[in-house]
Amino acid sequence: MFGSFIKKSRAKSPWIMHFDCGSCNGCDIEVLACLTPLYDVERFGVVNVGNPKHADVLLVTGTVNHRNKKVLKNIYDQMPEPKAVIAIGACGNTGGVFREAYNVVGGVDKVIPVDVYVPGCPAKPEAIIDGVVAGLAKFAQKVEEAK
Amino acid sequence: METLILVIIGLVGAPLAGGLLAGLDRRVTAWFQSRQGPPIMQAFYDVAKLFGKEKMVVNQWQILCAWVYLVAAAASVALFFAQGDLLLVIFVQAIGAVFLVMGALSTKSPYAQVGAQRELIQVLAYEPILVLVFVGFYMVTGSFSIEAIWAQETPLLAKMPLLYLALGYALTIKLRKSPFDFSTSHHGHQELVKGVLTEYSGPYLGLIEIAHWYETILVLGLCALFWHTNVAWMALLLAATYMLEILVDNTMARMTWRWMIKRVWLLGMGMSVVNLIWLYAG
Ligand code: SF4
Repeated sequence: MFGSFIKKSRAKSPWIMHFDCGSCNGCDIEVLACLTPLYDVERFGVVNVGNPKHADVLLVTGTVNHRNKKVLKNIYDQMPEPKAVIAIGACGNTGGVFREAYNVVGGVDKVIPVDVYVPGCPAKPEAIIDGVVAGLAKFAQKVEEAK
Repeated sequence: METLILVIIGLVGAPLAGGLLAGLDRRVTAWFQSRQGPPIMQAFYDVAKLFGKEKMVVNQWQILCAWVYLVAAAASVALFFAQGDLLLVIFVQAIGAVFLVMGALSTKSPYAQVGAQRELIQVLAYEPILVLVFVGFYMVTGSFSIEAIWAQETPLLAKMPLLYLALGYALTIKLRKSPFDFSTSHHGHQELVKGVLTEYSGPYLGLIEIAHWYETILVLGLCALFWHTNVAWMALLLAATYMLEILVDNTMARMTWRWMIKRVWLLGMGMSVVNLIWLYAG
């Protein structure tokens, strides 16, 4: 019984951590807009934490470049399983307009595995919330399969 | 036999009540900010989720410290419900607080280190207040035991109102609310990440959360002793106190530790001492 309560709770308490890989700040303010009274993602139990060790979902915005890819990997490794990664915006997905710059690696999935891609430039708050929900469903499935 | 039943009620009921209170707290906070807020059960979901996560520790000390913190918090609540000695209750609780700090100090993370030192300063600020409140209980009842308080005819609030206000400071610090939330705040992305809790994760963070519920109930229990004669008034007093805490939390910014020491020691201890002199003279 306790096991099923834990499983149910996972989807009800996603603590998100937001990492900015050098975005133009467009996507970041949209992520933070989700926390405002208008969208109020805290309704779904979402808490914006600043510590990868407490986080369940990693939201990555901006283009990954050669300097910050190590940081991204490090943050990802510090998150305890089960976890999900959501790439936000054109930059997070593929590198966006910056993909051809000499210092840019490309999308987040070049460095760490990504579960959900949220498109847009910037991504809309509704799309981000949608992405988080889809991400939770994915990681519930992952946990199921691992057992 | 009766004591045993009370202890069991305390051990089982306190975390349930504490968790519900934490959920309610978030609801009321959301209401202040004209949001809807999470479900009341949210605190239980959070902890259940934490127990389902991977066990990650920096060193073995952390496991011990998290458990000792929980056991000490539960033991102090059990002693409280067993109508035991107030001094014993506070010493057991202090052991837990010290182990929480030790767990943070055992890691190399600078956030945890700074958080641990700030937590120590907080302990330094509220413990004397608690002891002075107990001295007040002693002067009124002639004993440190909770049983002696229940034997009183009139509510203690009439005799020690200033001590109650001072206890409010201790409550704010213990609940980790603004302006005194500088060792670990509810919003961990600011300033110190999460202070003492930075290096705890998964199930161990869950243990600490449960211990925190026990402590919340313990301090609220101390507040309840001020109006022991009537259950309705006691409930009203607690509700009003807690609402005031949430209001203060939402309207105040975090302050520095120097500000806290000055406020709590000068105002809190000052009020306590004035009240004690009044009790002595009266
Ligand atoms: S996707 Fe657009 S808005 Fe988002 S970081 Fe890239 S350029 Fe900025």
